[in-house]
Amino acid sequence: MTDTYNYRQIISKAIADEMKIDPDVVLFGEDVGAAGGAFKTTPNLFNEFGPNRVRDTPISEQAIVGAALGAAMTGLRPVAEIMFADFAGVCYDQIANQVAKYRYMTNGQVRVPLVIRMANGAGTGFGAQHSQAAENWFLNVPGLKIVTPGTVSDVYGLLRAAIRDDNPVLFYEHKGLFAIKGEVERVESEVLPLGKADVVRKGTDITLVANQMMRHRAMEAAEILTAEGISLEVIDPRTIVPFDDATVIESLSTTSRLMIVQEGARDGSWGSSLVSRMFTEHFELFDAPPVLLSSEDTPTPYAGNLEELWLTSVDEIVAAAREQVRY
Amino acid sequence: MTPDSIYPAPRSLEEGVPADAEDLLRRMWEIRLFEDEVMTLFSKSLVRGSTHLCQGQEAVSVGVCWDLRHSDNMICTYRGHGAVLAKGAPLDGSFGEILGRQIGLCGGKGGSMHLTDVSVGALGSNAIVGAHLPIAVGAALSAQVQGRDDVSVAIFGDGATNIGAFHESLNLAGIWKLPVVFVIENNQYGEYSPLASTTPITELVRRADSYGMPGVLVDGNDVLAVRAVMNEAVANARAGLGPTLIEATTYRQTGHSRSDPGAYRPEGEMEEWVARDPITRLGAAMVEFGATTEEGLLDIEKSSKATVQAALDRALASPIPDDSLRLKDVFA
Repeated sequence: MTDTYNYRQIISKAIADEMKIDPDVVLFGEDVGAAGGAFKTTPNLFNEFGPNRVRDTPISEQAIVGAALGAAMTGLRPVAEIMFADFAGVCYDQIANQVAKYRYMTNGQVRVPLVIRMANGAGTGFGAQHSQAAENWFLNVPGLKIVTPGTVSDVYGLLRAAIRDDNPVLFYEHKGLFAIKGEVERVESEVLPLGKADVVRKGTDITLVANQMMRHRAMEAAEILTAEGISLEVIDPRTIVPFDDATVIESLSTTSRLMIVQEGARDGSWGSSLVSRMFTEHFELFDAPPVLLSSEDTPTPYAGNLEELWLTSVDEIVAAAREQVRY
Repeated sequence: MTPDSIYPAPRSLEEGVPADAEDLLRRMWEIRLFEDEVMTLFSKSLVRGSTHLCQGQEAVSVGVCWDLRHSDNMICTYRGHGAVLAKGAPLDGSFGEILGRQIGLCGGKGGSMHLTDVSVGALGSNAIVGAHLPIAVGAALSAQVQGRDDVSVAIFGDGATNIGAFHESLNLAGIWKLPVVFVIENNQYGEYSPLASTTPITELVRRADSYGMPGVLVDGNDVLAVRAVMNEAVANARAGLGPTLIEATTYRQTGHSRSDPGAYRPEGEMEEWVARDPITRLGAAMVEFGATTEEGLLDIEKSSKATVQAALDRALASPIPDDSLRLKDVFA
């Protein structure tokens, strides 16, 4: 039995389904309640669960994240929304210095079961301060789980898992994917484990790792390349921390070629880290230099043509794959 | 509810002393002597990094925390040894944490600036100025959502009232009427800078108006006065009437940290405040109102010293943390 939702709709369903079974789950953030969310990702939750559990906050990102932390340590499972992921910069201290370290510094005296949801990514013309792939900002901060779902069923299964997790989870919802549709099974097994990649497409020539919007472009490229006899294995890591290295290693042992396609600048990114880990620890698996396709090394431009050039295109993936198999 | 029904007189050292005055004095002495020992341990290089002491501010820690329950959460700053001890954390575990030993409250993983004992409601000491205010708001949110009448308390310095998290926290607590008490421990200095050089008003408590909550100014060197205003604020919070901002004026009798000799203080200022020392004042009131004698005061000081020394000995006898501890508790 399945129902069809889009990426935007499934967010509120995932939250609602957890709120129904756990009275300690609460939701708060700017405009998430009465208005149903700036991106309409949380409609009806306010009416269904009431003002005690679904709360509109002032425009106060530090207070939102700090309150989520305090609440998480004292009995609730808060789901906090930071409207645009870029605004994580406003509350960077709370995420990096407080949320990530509290359990460790106290020697495990507390658990921190909270989720911070953020709208991520480029491709929608929001300009430089509202378009970043901000999942990369926290890679260097131990103590945070980082989730970047790319499909409707992944949003559903991973968001429910994130809410149930006893650790802080940064959950990035990609703005460019809000309209995509997908089917979700009406069974409990749809809760997905954090830290498990999805082999989206089997292949033998190149292991292509991509998340969120780039995962979809990778799939388009794979279709084009099939006609040329180049077989891409496409892996969506889904969770950036912890990263499912094992699935990549297994694929590499067949393909011997690694390509990564990601949004955002190259340096300090999950893609760079993956190249580093694979090359330093599994050098013997490589028959060609790894390829890392990232956005250009500038802020995100606004105009449609410029933003599209900034992002990695399907054509660029296709061209890079052709070159990599020739090596 | 009238204040008297919440916490009966004496509501200041001028009015008299309560039956448990000796316990209050003893706790203040323990904190004072604890901090003196930490200073000595530093000079012997037994403490790493930096430390921030609170001699002279004991009446704020003790007055604020004395009547709280263990289920009430208190979060303080990196100058928080006194508050954490006042909330009920053990002396030996607190010494042990600062020394980086197994017996430490956090097993040696936190240090001087992060003393935490969740079992007594000492939910943390924070090393980022003002960052614990939103966390205290969150603990209050839990109580409100779950229908508990517990309160949460944030103790912070005058310097924290100039950071954005202060504004966001008081505003959010005000709009949601959360059971939280904000306590400004105004010790006159933000690190090395006197208040007047950083803040255009002198009574910080006036900021309460902006957040729709009552503001109460209290003599932070009078433990009974602090206790009385705190109890009133806590009773209001438990009754669902929302947050209160308390400003307790006091004085930091040491430098900002171990590297600061405090050379910037104007001449005579220290002497003026030492004359109003909170421990001396409580002792004098106890003698004045017949609760003890000068001899009795010396006995209290002496036995407090023995208690602190025994705790320190236990901490020093505790082994350093096992190497494997560093890898634990990144995640649950």
